[in-house]
Amino acid sequence: MASIWEYANPLKFMRTTDWLLPVVALAAVIVTATGLIWGFFFTPDDFRQGATVKIVFLHVPAAMMAINAWVMMLVASLVWLIRRHHVSALAAKAAAPVGLIMTLIGLITGAVWGQPMWGTWWAWDPRLTSFLILFLFYLGYLALWAAIDDPDTGADLTAVLCLVGTVFAVLSRYAAIFWNQGLHQGASLSVAPGTRMDWAYKAPLYVSMTGFGLIFLALVLAGTRTEIRARRMKALVARERMA
Amino acid sequence: MIALLTRDLRLALRAGGGFGLGLAFFLILAVLVPLGVGPETQTLARIAPGILWVGALLACLLSLDRIFALDFEDGSLDLLATAPVPLEAVVSIKALAHWITTGLPLVLVSPVLGLLLFLPGESYGWLIVSLLVGTPALSVIGTFGAALTVGLKRGGLLLSLLVLPMYVPTLVFGAEVVSRGAQGLSIGTPLALLAGITAGAVALLPFASALVLRINLR
Repeated sequence: MASIWEYANPLKFMRTTDWLLPVVALAAVIVTATGLIWGFFFTPDDFRQGATVKIVFLHVPAAMMAINAWVMMLVASLVWLIRRHHVSALAAKAAAPVGLIMTLIGLITGAVWGQPMWGTWWAWDPRLTSFLILFLFYLGYLALWAAIDDPDTGADLTAVLCLVGTVFAVLSRYAAIFWNQGLHQGASLSVAPGTRMDWAYKAPLYVSMTGFGLIFLALVLAGTRTEIRARRMKALVARERMA
Repeated sequence: MIALLTRDLRLALRAGGGFGLGLAFFLILAVLVPLGVGPETQTLARIAPGILWVGALLACLLSLDRIFALDFEDGSLDLLATAPVPLEAVVSIKALAHWITTGLPLVLVSPVLGLLLFLPGESYGWLIVSLLVGTPALSVIGTFGAALTVGLKRGGLLLSLLVLPMYVPTLVFGAEVVSRGAQGLSIGTPLALLAGITAGAVALLPFASALVLRINLR
């Protein structure tokens, strides 16, 4: 019976991703291109927002992956702390920069859309605020990884930071909701995605969300492979020195 | 444990330590803001709760790296880790000492600074209450950050990057209590949430801090 824990073995992981990574990468390119081209060129303009509505095909998938990347890091950190599988810690490390960039894409596309629609690049809306805070958490996580030399200590400390950070990120999200409603009128700036959307938009949006998920998977696999190779190189150099 | 507390307090008060530094910083901030924003009473009164809370946050941050750094350098942290007292308790005591030397003085001088910033009269009580309830969380969260970065050469900047995002909920609810108090609204909800964050942080975070401290001492 094959179990997922088999892939905790770096050798097995490398062998599987040898063929899996190109497949996922290719699928990511095809699906994302399909979703974006479909979304940008083959959907009608919205009767009120015009063509600006089409940025949703970048914005929503990026925002979704920004959150999912953190959740994936949380799970990987837990696996590392509990079962001490190195591949898991390296996958968490590889996911962080991707999540950071996804958060950035979400924020930038949101600003680009908000300028013509709300008349402002930025508003202290709860969603926007909590995304900015998520961005800061990603920065802190990456900075901690970068600051520590010993790989195992780094993995341990960042894993604990990820766990504690998750609690505070969630708290901040609800604090932001509370804060904005407390100070300003409940501005309905955020349009809930997907709820009242026509299928003409929904279908390409789902395709592009799938594409972004595949991009994330491909990048994380590639990043993890790089980390594993870097570890092997370090081990080889150390062995050379010993001999 | 009490010996450890008195030792930490004595070190902070005597050895040219961080005591007073945070307070001075808090004062300077309260002087600089009107200079930057302009002396209009209305404007200052409106932003005073936020400024005071942000100031308290930053003043707390200043002395965080001292919590473990000195003990780590001279090796007494290793002794504490092997002492019969559990490391979780040591961490809590360290946080308590930090709060007594940084958080409590901030609470005590905050009304004076509120005066400088024309804080509306009704909210002085809430300012003190919210700081009293909220600053322990700042110390405990900060202790976690200090434990994370204890072994690093240039941990100071990294420490602020790690700790400040975690201060967001405390800041939001703390400042909310004061500004609601200033407007004469009910402050029950934010105060309860603020107290909840403090209670949760005080109860749970020492375990995480002790865990990362053990990793760092490995």
